[in-house]
Amino acid sequence: MSGAHPLLSVQGLTKSYGARRGCADVSFDLWPGEVMGIVGESGSGKSTLLSCMAGNLTPDAGAVVFDTRTSGPRDVLAMPEPERRMLARTDWAFVHQNPRDGLRMGVSAGGNVGERLMGVGARHYGQIRAQATDWLGRVEIAAERIDDRPAQFSGGMQQRLQIARNLVTGPRLVFMDEPTGGLDVSVQARLLDLMRGLVRQMGLSAVIVTHDLAVVRLLADRLMVMKDGLVVEEGLTDQVLDDPQHAYTQLLVSSVLQV
Amino acid sequence: MSEYNFAYLDEGTKRMIRRAILKAVAVPGYQVPFASREMPMPYGWGTGGVQVTAACLTPADRLKVIDQGADDTTNAVSIRKFFQRTAGVATTERTAEATLIQTRHRIPETPLTEGQILIYQVPIPEPLRFLEPRETETRRMHALADYGLMHVKLYEDIARNGEIATSYAYPVQVAGRHVMDPSPIPKFDNPKLSDSPALQLFGAGREQRIYAVPPHTQVISLDFDDHPFVASKAPHACALCGDDGSYLDEVITDDAGGRMFVCSDTDHCATRRAAGHAGTQAEAIA
Repeated sequence: MSGAHPLLSVQGLTKSYGARRGCADVSFDLWPGEVMGIVGESGSGKSTLLSCMAGNLTPDAGAVVFDTRTSGPRDVLAMPEPERRMLARTDWAFVHQNPRDGLRMGVSAGGNVGERLMGVGARHYGQIRAQATDWLGRVEIAAERIDDRPAQFSGGMQQRLQIARNLVTGPRLVFMDEPTGGLDVSVQARLLDLMRGLVRQMGLSAVIVTHDLAVVRLLADRLMVMKDGLVVEEGLTDQVLDDPQHAYTQLLVSSVLQV
Repeated sequence: MSEYNFAYLDEGTKRMIRRAILKAVAVPGYQVPFASREMPMPYGWGTGGVQVTAACLTPADRLKVIDQGADDTTNAVSIRKFFQRTAGVATTERTAEATLIQTRHRIPETPLTEGQILIYQVPIPEPLRFLEPRETETRRMHALADYGLMHVKLYEDIARNGEIATSYAYPVQVAGRHVMDPSPIPKFDNPKLSDSPALQLFGAGREQRIYAVPPHTQVISLDFDDHPFVASKAPHACALCGDDGSYLDEVITDDAGGRMFVCSDTDHCATRRAAGHAGTQAEAIA
């Protein structure tokens, strides 16, 4: 509620898969309205970190403190599951890399967008449908496609539908896992444009995991670079990308292909 | 008769099933797992209902078995015979006289009374099954009363058909808590589930689940505020007994479009005809 607390505070988050390290001792604060990018190569632990924060994986150690609307900062990992689920479908959103993971493919677009509303107790068909139509419009999907199934949509549309489905309850924190992965560049550009607009309009905070430096350049205020499960560099996006200090970050930045 | 223990199952098995029934009654609508036995009939023929019936039967009981409302179809006749042979209990076709009724896909039209037990045969006990394929997840959803998904199904119905087109196995919420599949009864019967003076037990043999609605328990059919639940039936009167308030079967009578609507509950229809009621085609079978 108040500006005194960070929206999300991650403290010493650690997760290992047996002897292998997923991520180790990751800490950061995310303030309201801020977008945090996490970059690193495949296997650097960024997806593990995201899953631990979002409650999809149970970390071995650490705390994820979220500033809840009703009772202030609370450790999400210590919450009872009903509360965590409620949080996950009201104040949180999770955008998967593959829209098939985040959508119900057998359910129409309108049903997909309405699911979170019905999950929190909406029981008026007309209102649910009106909100679904509104959100399809906001993510640039034609209203007459509301009864089509996601399987009939293109990859870019599926990803936009997934975003609509997640943002319909007005969350304050969005986790995104490679939101533009698998899309061609022109579709990526439109999606990024759309996400930037939504993030700014709604004042969302977001954690974006990606290996695409262009995505974080566009969207993220701050950047965290991970390698082998450890955070090797952290700072403002422009600062990290334009003046990388750590050898790995320098490698990462110089690996970007120039057209 | 002497080759079998009373009601076919051995006493240990019946005790195990009764424990499951007690638990089911204690937590209305909750699916209690039980160690379902092989029965001398194929799955889908009512193995779950038969086991629950066997566990509830006493020598003093009078048993009625119905299949889609009828007392004289294969399933009803064979299960009735089964208990006649293995338990030697009295049987009846009259709903009012029965103490124990095993049913497939209908609730009798005659209102049930205190002391009666209605046992349903259930093919798929999990109402969330076709929405969420993972059993671990559906159990968790029941545990957390996380039932938003059920409304997604109803939403899809309205989006595609303009109304809630689910006409049988219509999901209900029992005692304000568990969402339950009432077995494939027509939604016309759903209101009869609620506040019934009789004990209602549900047995699923293949899926190994027993659940229950105790007497006088509130059962609500799920719906939307602007698309309320409607207990629908064919808009006709029974062609034999003239009743326009009972659930009807459509019977094709020839290959030229001829059809008649008759009560699905044969006992209800016969009782009315015996009392002098007659429909438009009553003389046809007289």
